[in-house]
Amino acid sequence: MFGSRWTGLAGDTTRHGSFADVLVIGKNFLDQMVCHCLDGYPLEACGLLGGFVSEGGHAEVAGLYLTDNVASSARIYEVDPGAFLRADREAEAGGGQLIGVYHSHTHTEGKPSPTDVAQAPDPGWHYVLVSLRDVHPSVRSWRIEGGKISEEPVVLQ
Amino acid sequence: MEKPVPVDVRLPNILRPAAGGQATVAAAGDTVGEVFDDLIRQHPGLREQLLTSDGEIHRHLNIFLNDDDIRYLGKLGAKVGETDTLTLMPAVAGG
Repeated sequence: MFGSRWTGLAGDTTRHGSFADVLVIGKNFLDQMVCHCLDGYPLEACGLLGGFVSEGGHAEVAGLYLTDNVASSARIYEVDPGAFLRADREAEAGGGQLIGVYHSHTHTEGKPSPTDVAQAPDPGWHYVLVSLRDVHPSVRSWRIEGGKISEEPVVLQ
Repeated sequence: MEKPVPVDVRLPNILRPAAGGQATVAAAGDTVGEVFDDLIRQHPGLREQLLTSDGEIHRHLNIFLNDDDIRYLGKLGAKVGETDTLTLMPAVAGG
């Protein structure tokens, strides 16, 4: 439903093309993810990304798990632990794995906060930020390892 | 008294380096606390990642006995049987 707009947003992020890591996501998943974040506004929304990671750092989203933010907050999020367990099992049963998490920033830019960096649960994951600060949502993806962040391109499939 | 049969303890990626890279470790005990004791005996590097200095479960660690969060089963005192699986998962949280 927002295809052309998301194409533009993904295009914005590909300017960082010098990074080895890439997150590939289908339009339907991008739509679901952003709509979930808008539905949760003004609270932060969150969910998990299932998929596949190939050698060379390309990660492809093959499943999206919309989860509750059990923190019910506009400042912090916490994925429902039970939903995390079920998503992990489901992704593995499908031959893939969980490859990351998304959450919204309702009043700030789509860049990991110090809390996001401090609490990042897996250095192998891809961390997607959906910023709702402006009228047009923005979607950016990050790697977080050893307390350091690096942005990766988001490629729309 | 019979020695407890080891149960499978599934570790998340972030804890595997402290367990020799293993995704699943067999550890024995009649309760979650005893299973943790055996797990830590085998892999001492896991201790500070599982428990606080007071011996409590770290706030950012979720532990499931099969499908159930052990917070609702008695925490470290939750009873464990030979067909059970413990799954450790980090809290997925941020700001």
